Parts: sequence; C-alpha cells; structure tokens
Amino acid sequence: MAKADFEVPELKKHVEVPAIKEGAMAHLKPFVVKNPDHNTDLGFPGELVDDWHDKALEKLGDLCSRYRSLQVYLDACVKCGSCTDKCHYFLGTADPKNMPVGRQDLLRKVYRRYFTLAGKYFPKLVGAEDLTRETLDEWYSYYHQCSQCRRCSVFCPYGIDTAEISMAAREILDSIGYGQKYCNEIIAKVHKVGNNLGLPGPAIEDTLLGLEEDVWDEDEVWVKYPLDVEGADILLVTPSADFFAEPHVDGLIGYGKVFHEAGVSWTLSTTASEAGNFGMFIGSYENMRRVSMRIRKAALELKVKRIVFGECGHAWRIAYSFLNTLAGPFDFLDPNYPVPQHICEFTWGQIQDGKLELDKSENDEITPTFHDSCNVARASRMGDKPGGQFEIPRNVIKAVCNNYVDMHHDTIGEQTFCCGGGGGLLTDDLMEIRVKGALPRMNALKQVVEDQGVTHVAAICAICKSQFTKVLPYYGFEMDQILSVHQLVSNAIVLNRKTGKPEWLEEDEDEDE
Amino acid sequence: MPIEANGKTFETDEEGYLVNLSDWEPAIAEVMAAQDELELTDEHWEIINFLREYYDEYQIAPAVRVLTKAVGKKLGKDKGNSKYLYSLFPYGPGKQACRFAGLPKPTGCI
Repeated sequence: MAKADFEVPELKKHVEVPAIKEGAMAHLKPFVVKNPDHNTDLGFPGELVDDWHDKALEKLGDLCSRYRSLQVYLDACVKCGSCTDKCHYFLGTADPKNMPVGRQDLLRKVYRRYFTLAGKYFPKLVGAEDLTRETLDEWYSYYHQCSQCRRCSVFCPYGIDTAEISMAAREILDSIGYGQKYCNEIIAKVHKVGNNLGLPGPAIEDTLLGLEEDVWDEDEVWVKYPLDVEGADILLVTPSADFFAEPHVDGLIGYGKVFHEAGVSWTLSTTASEAGNFGMFIGSYENMRRVSMRIRKAALELKVKRIVFGECGHAWRIAYSFLNTLAGPFDFLDPNYPVPQHICEFTWGQIQDGKLELDKSENDEITPTFHDSCNVARASRMGDKPGGQFEIPRNVIKAVCNNYVDMHHDTIGEQTFCCGGGGGLLTDDLMEIRVKGALPRMNALKQVVEDQGVTHVAAICAICKSQFTKVLPYYGFEMDQILSVHQLVSNAIVLNRKTGKPEWLEEDEDEDE
Repeated sequence: MPIEANGKTFETDEEGYLVNLSDWEPAIAEVMAAQDELELTDEHWEIINFLREYYDEYQIAPAVRVLTKAVGKKLGKDKGNSKYLYSLFPYGPGKQACRFAGLPKPTGCI
C-alpha cells in the first residue's frame, strides 16, 4: 500500500461525531482541467473565462429557472442542524464546510446576495455574500468533497438534496471553464472512444476471449462473452471497469455464467461499453444525454429486445430514473421486461424460476456482508416492490452463500454510508478525502468483522469496488476483501449446459504444438 | 513538472505521467522509480516491457487480469496474481507501472 501523507483516522466500532475543525480540508483541491480539449469536447470554455463573475451568476440564475428544485433547496433551509452529523466526509474530517448545510451555504450565500430581496439590501442580516475569487475557489474545493450520495437528504426535514446543489455548483464551474480534470477527461473519452477507460474494441475483445479461456480452464464449459452480436436478445451495458479491474471482472464472469445457464442470447457493445455516466456528477444534462444516447443507438443497431445493466451504482440511478427521458422512448424493446433491468434482478428472477443450480458450499469460506451503494439505495429501486434495491441483491447473495451478515442497521439500506469515492472523487489527487470519508463505512465493517466473523464485503458498484480496494488497506484490512456480488454467484453456479471447447482455443493450442 | 533522464528533459503532467509517449526510454523508468524510492529489478522490467508491448498493440494498458495471466504464464502461477504485482509496484500495477512504462494513466472507475 502507498504511504499516507495525511493522518488516517482511528477505527472505532461505531460512529463518533467529531468536534469541528475549521478549515481542516480547505487545502484539498482536485486537479483542474489543463488540456482545453477536455473542456471544449464537453461544450465548456477551454479555460477560466475573464468574465467568470458575471457568467457564474448568469448560470446560477439559469439553473434556478430550469430546476425549480434547486431554488427550493437554496431557499428552504431553516438551519435545523439535522444534517450536520450525517455526511461521511464531515465525520471523517471534522471540517464544518463538509457538513451538508455548510456545503450548501457556500452556494446559498451567493444565491441570497444576488437573487433575493433581503440579500440584495441587507446582506449581513441574511448571511448573503458577494461572489469573490475566494468563494469560487472554495466552491471548487468543497463541491469536490461531496460524493453526491444523498445520505443527508434522508435526514433533512425539507428533503434538501445536497447532491443536486453540488451538481449545480459543478455545472456553474464547468460553464466558466473551471472544470475538474478527472471527470471531464473521462467524459471526453466516452464521447470519443465509448467508455471511461478509453478501451478500444480490440482490447475489449481480447479481454473477453481471455475470460472464455479462463472459464474453460476452470470448468471445461465454453461460456461465451459476446461482443457486438447483432440480433442478440439482451444488450448488457456494464461499467468499463468490469473489463479492466479487480474484483470487477469477476462480476463480469458471473454475469456471463448466469446468461449461459439461463440459455438467453446476449451481447456487449463496443460503442456502449460503459454503463457509468459522469455527466451526472458534473450536473450537465447535455453530457448526460449524449452519454445515454450511445446506449439507445447500440440497442437499435444490434436489434436487441432487452437492456440489462451490470453492477454500477450511478449508472443504475440514471438507467432506472432518467434513461427514458434522456434517451427514450424505448418502444422498440420487448415490453414484457423492465426497461432497463438490473443484472441482480435478472439473476434473482432466474433463481426464483429454478433455472440455476447453485452450490452454496463453494462460498463456505466467505462470510460476506453487503455494502449498499448510495445511488442504488437512495436514488432508484429494483424489481417491482418498494425496497427491492435492498432486498434483491441480498436475496441473490443469500441464494449463493450459507453465511451472510448485515452491517449495523443505521449504516445500510436507505441510511447506507457512502464508500467515500463516489460522485467523481475516485481519483488519486483526492485520496485524503477518500480515505477519511470511508471512515464511517470502515467502522461498521470493523464491527461485523470482529463481532460476527465477516470476511468480505460485496458491492454492486464499480466505484465502490475500486474505492474499497484502495482504502481497505489504510484501515488494516486487505485490498481483496471487497467482492463483486456476481463473483459470489460465479463461485456457486453449477454449469450444466455443457458446450464444447472454444474452436479458437483449440487452434491456438495446435499452433503451440 | 519535467523530469531529467539521460541528460535530457522530459515533460510530465501534474500526476507525473509522461506527456509524449514517444519520448519514452528506459532511463525515464529508472528516474521515476528512484523518485518513488524503488529500484527496478528484472522482475519490474518484465512487467514494464509487457505493458509497452500490449500498449503498442491495443493503445491501452492491459486489464489487470490480462496482465496477471501473462505474468503467470511466463513466470509461474504463484506470480500470476495482483499481490505479486503490488509487491513490485506498491502504488498499483495499473498506475505506477504504467507511469514507469510511459503509458497514459488509466482513468475511470478503477
């Protein structure tokens, strides 16, 4: 593990609310976009514009007029304090500007100054302040210390959604050419190559053939991982990390095995090789739409009947809540199935129909717990019942494991603590806030590890998985204690549909001889 | 911040990745490793060379699994895993080894 050049908080088995430390995280800012193409490809100015002050206010006014919710959130706060100890970044850093209300107020004070009567004439009485360069830099700093996880909004009596305020602030920053390198470079890559990683088609194909070889070596069954197959029934849209990183790829192997045993035809797509949509993180409707349209286009071109999403948290929020508005109507898909469907929902359906033979004992060395990913937990549903987003992934895990333990009820379900890396924060330059923000989740994990013998945590989000891989070692855990849910499925599933050895594999081996 | 290697100056980005991939030469990897307090052994070079070959063919760094599999085939199964790669490159094979190899930083949810 890399050495930390900041103090890693001490783990307890429960959450402790820290005494505030003013400015504790004021020094932290992610890299700003340097390559102007990463801004202009997204429709933003290449660098900070000279008249940023007026342009920023103009954008704030525009956003308030476009999104009534934003104006309500900026107006409605009564400073009741309910949210103050609910943010994982506050709990991990003690910086009061990481309290949800403190974060909101950075934008609210400017809104009041220029858009409310009292703020225009009596700014000091109502906490209204001028927009200065210092404020702008503070926006940049603290709106990139919010993972847009929406935990605070669960506790706000007015339902104020800090995520939406943080998205608006980032959109304002982007509109004046003050964007974050990590998010914007990635969105530019999606527009250009088709996925966050910038994986070209041949690299995806090479990886998928490698998986077929691995499954063959292990199980002597040819499970196919098809790419760009026209006429397949199902288009699987999954985060590109599933092709690239661990434990993500073990989840992808699992999806393939489930499809294989279910006997359905499916395909991945080179052009829609990314479920994630960072357009949401930067609050840009236009970019979110552009990224979503690739999925529609691929579905039409491949003439599929259904769309299934792989394990990706914010992708599922967009898929479940916005996809139809962004890229619909999907009247060309089979109306007998949800549009779109989550892979857990698909697998759970197959399990209920008795289509899968599962050998739970294959996971007997694992006692997993489940980390609810914030965008799935608080911004979507799954299946046809309320709470399905909590129950279905757990049902799947329990169907493939004999041992399962939940973390403390205050830290899961609707109240789940963010992994600390969501919302466009999963970048090395923000490692300090990522590690500190993971504290509440790590506390809850420690409790079940020590008291109930939990060995692993499973998740259904690419960001959560990568974030855990990085932060677990800071807290004394092992990096491979994070699993994909479909990795557990993959371990337990019995492959009864025997298929011959891949032809290309035989050819390869003949060549070797 | 530029880095000096072989008596020449090379431009790197704010995260220390080489700006022009075609500039790369082995001395750059040595200098970068020294900055990270690492000494490059033959084992490190096996990985760095594989990364460069793969990048030449696919214009992207190999997936972790592709890398571990290739290492396992070449150096034995006990070394075909992430732990071995992390023991060589503590900041992660994807990120640290790619930087030494002159490849761009892999981005995304990884």
